[in-house]
Amino acid sequence: MAEVKRVERPLSPHLQIYRPQMTSVSSILTRITGNALIVGVILAVWWLLAAATSPAYFNVANAVATSWFGDLVFTGSLWAVWYHYLAGLRHLLWDTGRGMDIETAEKLGWACVIGSVVLTLITIILV
Amino acid sequence: MRYLTARKRAEGKGASHTGTDHHWYMTASSVALAFLVPTFIYVFGRALGQPLEGVIATFSRPFPAILTALVVIVGMRHFAKGAQMMIEDYTQGSLRKGLVILAYSISYTVIAVALYALAKLTLIGFLFEAMAH
Repeated sequence: MAEVKRVERPLSPHLQIYRPQMTSVSSILTRITGNALIVGVILAVWWLLAAATSPAYFNVANAVATSWFGDLVFTGSLWAVWYHYLAGLRHLLWDTGRGMDIETAEKLGWACVIGSVVLTLITIILV
Repeated sequence: MRYLTARKRAEGKGASHTGTDHHWYMTASSVALAFLVPTFIYVFGRALGQPLEGVIATFSRPFPAILTALVVIVGMRHFAKGAQMMIEDYTQGSLRKGLVILAYSISYTVIAVALYALAKLTLIGFLFEAMAH
């Protein structure tokens, strides 16, 4: 095993030539939403820190948090958190060995996309 | 004849060298967050847009304060390990190490800032309460 022969192997089909599928797109969206949520968290924690610091500082942070920019970040984060939430539940289901066949996995993908939009709208209306 | 047990021969052979610890942490913290996050969205959504007095009144109460602390601590550890997974998928070498350290640093900083803010808001709320009487 000392000599490792390098063999010319064919490359597996790459992302760029793969037709986007519900399973792959819903999976990468889980990663994007999860990581992007840090933006909303930082804005929220900064707003909290400002509230604990002084009225003047709170006015600055609150103006940002309730501006069009703040609305954009928090509304986006709201959808992202609901999407990531449903996708996480999907992973918990998969961990039990259920729902792994393609047909069910695709349905679950649509459930995440549609469900997250519905939950976002419900949250905006109720809260 | 080898005097090693099958387990000893297998340990440390996986790509992570830590077995399934990472996966199990993500699973366990995701279940915790599944309970915490919807409640937090309600509390935070109600507090956002209120004047300072309302924000202090909200976060100086035990339930919103403890809930927020839990969401930030569990959420930021879940984030750090998730970000680490992404970084390890796409980068190598020193860049990978640097980015993982950065993700961990951001996560711990956010936790520390949030806990400081919550502690101070609780104290301010307590002082308001004391002055009112």
